[in-house]
Amino acid sequence: MLTIKNLQAKVEEKDILKGLNIEIKPGEVHAIMGPNGAGKSTLGNVLSGREGYEVTGGHVDFDGKDLLDMDTEERAREGLFLAFQYPVEIPGVSNLEFLKASVDAVREHRGQEPLDSVSFLKLAREKCKAVNLDQNFLKRGVNEGFSGGEKKRNEIMQMMLLEPKLCILDETDSGLDIDALQVVAEGVNSQRDPNRSFIVVTHYQRLLDYIVPDYVHVLADGKIVKSGGKELALELEEKGYSWIENEVQ
Amino acid sequence: MTAIDFNQQAAAHANTVRDNQLSDLADQSLTALTGMPFPTRKTEDWKYTSLTALTKQDYNQSASDFSLPGSLQSLYQVAGLNGPRLVFVNGQLDANQSSLSVVDGLELLLLSGMDGDEKKALVSKLGCVAEVERNLFTAINNAAISECVYLKVGKGIELDSPIQIVHVTTAQPTPATVYGRCFIELEALSQATVVEQFVSTDEELNVVVNQTTEVVVGDGAKLNHYRLNSEHESALHFGGVYVDLNRDSQFESYQVLLGGKIKRLDVLVNHNVGGSHCEMKGVYLPKNNQHVDVHSYIEHKAAHCTTNETYRGIMADKSKAVFNGRIHIHPDAQKTLAELSNKNLLLSNEAQINTKPELEIYADDVRCAHGATVAQLDEKAKFYLRSRGISAQEADIMLSFGFINELFESIPLEPVRNQLRPLLAQQFTSNKELTKHLIHEEDAQ
Repeated sequence: MLTIKNLQAKVEEKDILKGLNIEIKPGEVHAIMGPNGAGKSTLGNVLSGREGYEVTGGHVDFDGKDLLDMDTEERAREGLFLAFQYPVEIPGVSNLEFLKASVDAVREHRGQEPLDSVSFLKLAREKCKAVNLDQNFLKRGVNEGFSGGEKKRNEIMQMMLLEPKLCILDETDSGLDIDALQVVAEGVNSQRDPNRSFIVVTHYQRLLDYIVPDYVHVLADGKIVKSGGKELALELEEKGYSWIENEVQ
Repeated sequence: MTAIDFNQQAAAHANTVRDNQLSDLADQSLTALTGMPFPTRKTEDWKYTSLTALTKQDYNQSASDFSLPGSLQSLYQVAGLNGPRLVFVNGQLDANQSSLSVVDGLELLLLSGMDGDEKKALVSKLGCVAEVERNLFTAINNAAISECVYLKVGKGIELDSPIQIVHVTTAQPTPATVYGRCFIELEALSQATVVEQFVSTDEELNVVVNQTTEVVVGDGAKLNHYRLNSEHESALHFGGVYVDLNRDSQFESYQVLLGGKIKRLDVLVNHNVGGSHCEMKGVYLPKNNQHVDVHSYIEHKAAHCTTNETYRGIMADKSKAVFNGRIHIHPDAQKTLAELSNKNLLLSNEAQINTKPELEIYADDVRCAHGATVAQLDEKAKFYLRSRGISAQEADIMLSFGFINELFESIPLEPVRNQLRPLLAQQFTSNKELTKHLIHEEDAQ
């Protein structure tokens, strides 16, 4: 599904990713943990093609295609989904208009017919319900005035509508209370599928109690310094990131 | 051609068109005109708007061609607005297009159709709010009044149907000036909605439009006002809206200005007596080489009045816009609440905005805020949209539209709101594929 080889990237002339390798097979859930400043969010941004993140080396293969050669929107249409740590508010454009534009673009790329407004509204309402968001959120501006939890649920709803191959959850747990965390995790778990993979980027082990990963990687100073099973997350929680940093040195 | 004496020509032309029974106002205005300097870039109020285009040809002539290229209906029709409608073509009433249904409590008269006494009564009011000294174009308008819409809503009457006043400009073989005048009077506790529309039929107009609207809102009355300016790009437009607010009255205004060669709108609101409220929202959207200039003046002369003023602009290509918003709190205007916000988006490196929000406060117990921003499209928001598969071009359109729509989605008059949505979305592109998610099927009907 996704093969990252020796990925190097810089932001504003500062090297952030310094040779990152990772291999993700269909259906797998990989957690990426690491201390602040390790490059966790940079990874998500680089994989989605955000401007200002310059790839200086390496290769990323996404389902047989060169991911780094595509524009942001092409990556999304190919099935890459980034759930934002801080979803952006766009007043004046309704959530429904935004979702329809997004789903239309992805469906067109897949050679599917666009959904008519009525069918789409029905589908969007279903997904709202699935993440416990009131239908009124469809009429409001994109993320406008949403609470932290509502924004994250809106992200998961988008994921459900777009049915991506690979989902990157960028610190989706930040700013969530335990109830919201559970709703979000349930939403994610409902999307787990033998053909869909996840990269769960998080600072804390807590999220991984709810979204149980197959693999855990520790990212420090722009590289994966340790990989293991889900028990690695517990060990990290117990011993702290300094343990890894010491061990690596 | 050397700079001509524009004022003299304007005065001479006004003299030929004016209604002779309005002589006092006209005489006074003509005198003022001759003494007024022609605004240059050194005139503070015209610092960023050059009027040299007016001196290159003699625009101070009457329109001569009143032929219509076909049906005008599609130009001004707003689905769902079925009330009284006045349509002026180059300043003259087009009776066929107009619909003067009789409405209880509403007087809708034309100066040209008034008898002597009615005229006298109106003449005593004209120019009370739109003072001669206000600016050059008001002076010319005052001097040249030959026709005027007089709209009066009786005491306590709440009109259900909005009144549409449409100004159509058509191409002229020789340069011309078209005048328009309107006087709106709301008696105590009445309510009305007036939609002023400015449209044109041709690409090359060769016309200066000089239109002034005066408004007097009585005690406890409320005027909902719309001013929609979508004339073609060659338009030279000088508009003025002058409002007197009485005790506990309200003026709520939505203004749209698409760009033109020069489009200038002056809005003056006087809070004359306590308790009045002014809610004003406007957008200006110049593109190509267009120029738009909005000057607003809010005069808080009495205590306990409130103003909430928001203007937004999006400048594309090589266009220029000017926003000057002044709120003046007089010494007696204690307990004033006034806010002025002006936000701007520049879509190109060559577009320009000159914005100046001003607060002048002479009272010590008031709460006032003002601010202006100039920015480009938000890269974060654009990335967010693109990361959901939306193309970069569609993302730009969505963000531009959202910036405007944030102000206008709350327009209380549904027909106008529905009409504006596609108009504003298509302002940013003619490619319908890029606006299809913003224009709903029900809007397009």
